[in-house]
Amino acid sequence: MSISVKEVSGISEQEADERRKTPDYLDQLEAEAIYIMREVAGQFERPALLFSGGKDSITLVRLAQKAFAPGKIPFPLVHVDTGHNFIEAINYRDELAESLGAKLVVRYVEDTIKAKGLKEQTGKNASRNWLQTFTLLDTIEEFEFDACIGGARRDEEKARAKERIFSFRDEFGQWDPKRQRPELWNLFNGRISKGENVRVFPISNWTELDVWAYLKREKIALPSIYFAHERELILRDGHLLNNTPVIEKDENDQIVTRTVRFRTVGDMTCTAAVESNAATLDEVIAEITVSRISERGETRIDDQQTEAAMEDRKKGGYF
Amino acid sequence: MDLLRFITAGSVDDGKSTLIGRLLYDTKNILADQMEAIERASKSRNVGEIDLALLTDGLRSEREQGITIDVAYKYFQTPSRKFISIDAPGHIQYTRNMVTGASNADLAIILVDARHGVVEQTRRHSLIASMLGIPHVIVAINKMDLIGNSEDGYLQIAQAYKELAEKLNIKDLTIIPVSALNGDNIVDRSENMPWYTGETLLTMLETVNVLKDQNQDDARFAVQYVIRPQTEELHDYRGYAGRIQSGTFKKGDAVKVLPSEQESKIAKIEFGGNEIDSASVLESVTILLEDDIDISRGDSIVSLNNSPVISQDLEAIVCWMDDKKTLKAGNKYVLQHGTSRSRCSVRDIEYQIDINSYEKLDEVESLKLNDVARIVLRTAQPIAYDPYQKNRANGAAILIDETSNVTVGACMIE
Repeated sequence: MSISVKEVSGISEQEADERRKTPDYLDQLEAEAIYIMREVAGQFERPALLFSGGKDSITLVRLAQKAFAPGKIPFPLVHVDTGHNFIEAINYRDELAESLGAKLVVRYVEDTIKAKGLKEQTGKNASRNWLQTFTLLDTIEEFEFDACIGGARRDEEKARAKERIFSFRDEFGQWDPKRQRPELWNLFNGRISKGENVRVFPISNWTELDVWAYLKREKIALPSIYFAHERELILRDGHLLNNTPVIEKDENDQIVTRTVRFRTVGDMTCTAAVESNAATLDEVIAEITVSRISERGETRIDDQQTEAAMEDRKKGGYF
Repeated sequence: MDLLRFITAGSVDDGKSTLIGRLLYDTKNILADQMEAIERASKSRNVGEIDLALLTDGLRSEREQGITIDVAYKYFQTPSRKFISIDAPGHIQYTRNMVTGASNADLAIILVDARHGVVEQTRRHSLIASMLGIPHVIVAINKMDLIGNSEDGYLQIAQAYKELAEKLNIKDLTIIPVSALNGDNIVDRSENMPWYTGETLLTMLETVNVLKDQNQDDARFAVQYVIRPQTEELHDYRGYAGRIQSGTFKKGDAVKVLPSEQESKIAKIEFGGNEIDSASVLESVTILLEDDIDISRGDSIVSLNNSPVISQDLEAIVCWMDDKKTLKAGNKYVLQHGTSRSRCSVRDIEYQIDINSYEKLDEVESLKLNDVARIVLRTAQPIAYDPYQKNRANGAAILIDETSNVTVGACMIE
């Protein structure tokens, strides 16, 4: 993988010029996201970009590069590591930060659990997903971040469809859907008091397919787990989970070997694989285009617990 | 393939969410698991048929009450266009939410119940669409099946609407008879209304020209951020990052920096670190000038021969959005216009506009939530603006409460 500032647009100048003559939805979405990134840099003292190694945050990094080129990205990349992440995503994260010369801040859920004596979920469906919030809020406090840029999209989930691009959070990190600030035109109001912060979602208006189309257009390398590969998995209730010691197994679980790819890259305990032979970006895009199941519906076990699972997590300070 | 943002206005009773559901369903943009979730929820609520409205109501309290409270965004596409549908609640107590949704829309669909015709809320929604300068308005006369798909019924309502529209500023108006529930004239032409020879709703959405709506004439660029890498190689680099608000900028163009009014020429335009020859409306680029001028966030770069108004005295139509405090003459706020912020004080409330009757109400002491009025503002620093109806991007501003930091007003500068 090589990502240098010079190649930042991923396309030739001639190609770029041609493209500009006919407005394209990807150009429009890109211009909007770059505008939002620059509003963050212009309005806040200590912003951060929340980076997970997933495709959405990889897209954010590319947008930030373009927004501030030829300068460096003027804020650190921050990762809240549950300790249950895919090694491929972690390696990708480290390489990317190094190639960009960007500051990378990693904080571990494991440390928060020890320091605060938090009780982890137990049992076979235990996940650290909820505990991430504690580490995230501590990290925000530690560095006094006033804005955290995240890769959430409104098409992902119905509570997210209601969230602002500049999403105000109180000093406890809580989202109050009934007290959101009106967001008019593209006039984003990032004024806050000390201790409060804003979560900013530059790709709010992108769909899953838009992200894939952009990754392809920009020729951005992705962690290998996004493409078909053979892997040992736990087959549980119709979902294929990575066979890792961090997932507790019982006699109903079957260990199988399948050719799969991951459609989202979250915590291993709640991210399921899909069976697929799609080994290239084009093949992945072709599969998603005809897929009849939404991204989170197919792969995120954490959203399926109740109809308002995401809304409740966000009210509690979740990203 | 380009992007169209449209808002749907109407209450739940008008079948607004059902209409969006229908558009998504008939264009095959609802996925299997989403459909199953809706079926499950419809069953548990005993609504009989599948309730397509459940697709857009995302918050627990909305599902509980069966109403849309906040603006919801839905995304779908057809082979010719990508769509962002902005679903805003229709009730008068949510006027601010509709204004919010309308501020970014290229097109408005206003729903009218065929049984009731043009009613108070039709007037309200139309005023908001007109006030916010939405260039295209489609009036969808819904529930045609409940008036026997009658052409006479349609013509009467269309006539009543046209009379109303004459009092407003609606550039492009289309009136379509539909049934969201049955899918008539939404995506597919209705066999129940052979007398209707116009386009279906989807065809209108797919073909309306939105590029022409952008202001292509007045070159305006608000500086968001100054890029100064300060590396050895790029020691003297000073790039002004921003988005073209209107018009086009080219290399070599003579420009003026506002509010300082210093003149210079464009030395270079860059995108993503690469040089480009020109940049037009809505593009996010970086501009470099030939002269070393002191420029920071909040300043604008405009064409030398075509200047916006520069003034500390503004008149604006305001929609008041604070549910706790009222707007009164003498009150002070922060005015955010483009990337600039300035303190301002309200000199006067000239008149309030009754958003249902369009009457002007004089001698109004204060504005409360959802009130619309024309006000006079005095700003601490000069503002470089264009009238909103001529240039949406450079005529819009928000009022921010200095103590709570909440956005309390939407201003359209006149």
